[in-house]
Amino acid sequence: MSFDDILNVTKILLEYLPGTLKLFFFTLLFSIPLGVIVTWLKKCRFKPISWLTNLYILIMRGTPLMLQIVAVYYAIPMLVTSAKKSGSEGWFYDLLGKVDTRSSNYMFTALVVAFALNYAAYFAEIFRGGIESIPKGQYEAAEMLGLTKMQTFFRIILPQVVKRVIPATSNEVIVLVKDTSLATVIAYAEIMLKAKQMMNTYSSIAPLFVAGLFYFVLNAIVTFAFVLIEKHYNYYR
Amino acid sequence: MAILEVKNLSKHFGDLEVLRDISFSVEEGQVVSVIGPSGSGKSTLLRCVNQLERANGGEIDVCGMNMMRTENGKAVYAPKKTLRQIRLKIGLVFQNFNLFPHMSVMENIIEAPVHVLKMSKQDARDTAAELLEKMGLTGKEKAYPCELSGGQQQRVSIARALALHPDILFFDEPTSALDPELTGEILKVIKELAKEKMTMVIVTHEMEFAREVSDHVIFMDGGVIVEEGEPEALFGDTQNERTRQFLKRYRSTGEEE
Repeated sequence: MSFDDILNVTKILLEYLPGTLKLFFFTLLFSIPLGVIVTWLKKCRFKPISWLTNLYILIMRGTPLMLQIVAVYYAIPMLVTSAKKSGSEGWFYDLLGKVDTRSSNYMFTALVVAFALNYAAYFAEIFRGGIESIPKGQYEAAEMLGLTKMQTFFRIILPQVVKRVIPATSNEVIVLVKDTSLATVIAYAEIMLKAKQMMNTYSSIAPLFVAGLFYFVLNAIVTFAFVLIEKHYNYYR
Repeated sequence: MAILEVKNLSKHFGDLEVLRDISFSVEEGQVVSVIGPSGSGKSTLLRCVNQLERANGGEIDVCGMNMMRTENGKAVYAPKKTLRQIRLKIGLVFQNFNLFPHMSVMENIIEAPVHVLKMSKQDARDTAAELLEKMGLTGKEKAYPCELSGGQQQRVSIARALALHPDILFFDEPTSALDPELTGEILKVIKELAKEKMTMVIVTHEMEFAREVSDHVIFMDGGVIVEEGEPEALFGDTQNERTRQFLKRYRSTGEEE
């Protein structure tokens, strides 16, 4: 491949960068709050809820994300088809029938659902570890000072948890940058998909190399951002 | 009037009996020291009185309010509102300080006055500044706990407890986590509080200090009060064999166990 070819490949991949970034940001946007909710459900004193949450985490972490993407993406169209075959009716199937499974919006939604559900399970475990790492003495000191449970959590515990979960969270976010490439499996327009296509067009692995550079630079930025965040919390130990 | 009245208090963890038939009272302005070997139940007693641990039997009254009593062999605690009222009348200084690491010294001290007593920030800061001066920590307002020595951290935690103007202040081995050269500064602060007639209960391993500062000393062993009385009587010429043994061990090693 000539230098011009590589420049051309870079230009084309740049057009697919927004697809990767969109998936990345939307996954973070939904999975972090969802992770907080899952942590909370897992710590619920009503045992059946805690058990169900455990099962959810077990499935999400125990099966490949690629499988989950495929499952979510094909689940609705398959349900619709089988419903039509068996003649099932009802509001649920009406709703399913209205989903346009061929639109690019549907594909993106399915991806974000799969990614968010998967990453929420990981984030939940990170947050739980963070909460449980806070010494008992902090709760006792807050209790002796008359702080309510809510005040204790939001004013004393949470700020310390945030600091403690940053390193593990940065790990997870770095993996997410690379995991966006799994969206290739349902032909979502992102960097990896295009790089693979161009690899065939040019009969060269150079496009893969360029794609690798894209991920590398993205993760360099993510790493740098987390260095800054960690620095921001360095005012105490 | 007794500020703290404990009657026949008992506590067990599973099968393990930690406190048995503990009775004592603390009058206003009194300084009471609780001494005894490790595992004698001193800290558990303090934690029961401070509601950090639930007692299994007996009665506890604080400032004329009933905190818990025994009905038909079962421990009954006062309603939440009363428990909270009682909590605001007592302060506790922990062995390992338990300062909030993400807050500055000033923020640590004004946290409860502002968010629990709903004082204005300015008033809370003024009180805190006075307390810090008393603790010899003026100029450390903006420091974080990790930037302070153990002795300084413990003084901040005393100031934090005092900021709520408690009627009685408890100390759970306040110098045990400190280097020997730092214990002196804490003992000095406690002595000054004693001079101001602050009511205090101090669990400690510092025998000389207990002898000097207390009006009353309680010696515990194996979950019971073995002996109690005025410091001179207890340290000077106790008739109790167990007490004598315990004190002898301290004298021979000079310091802690």
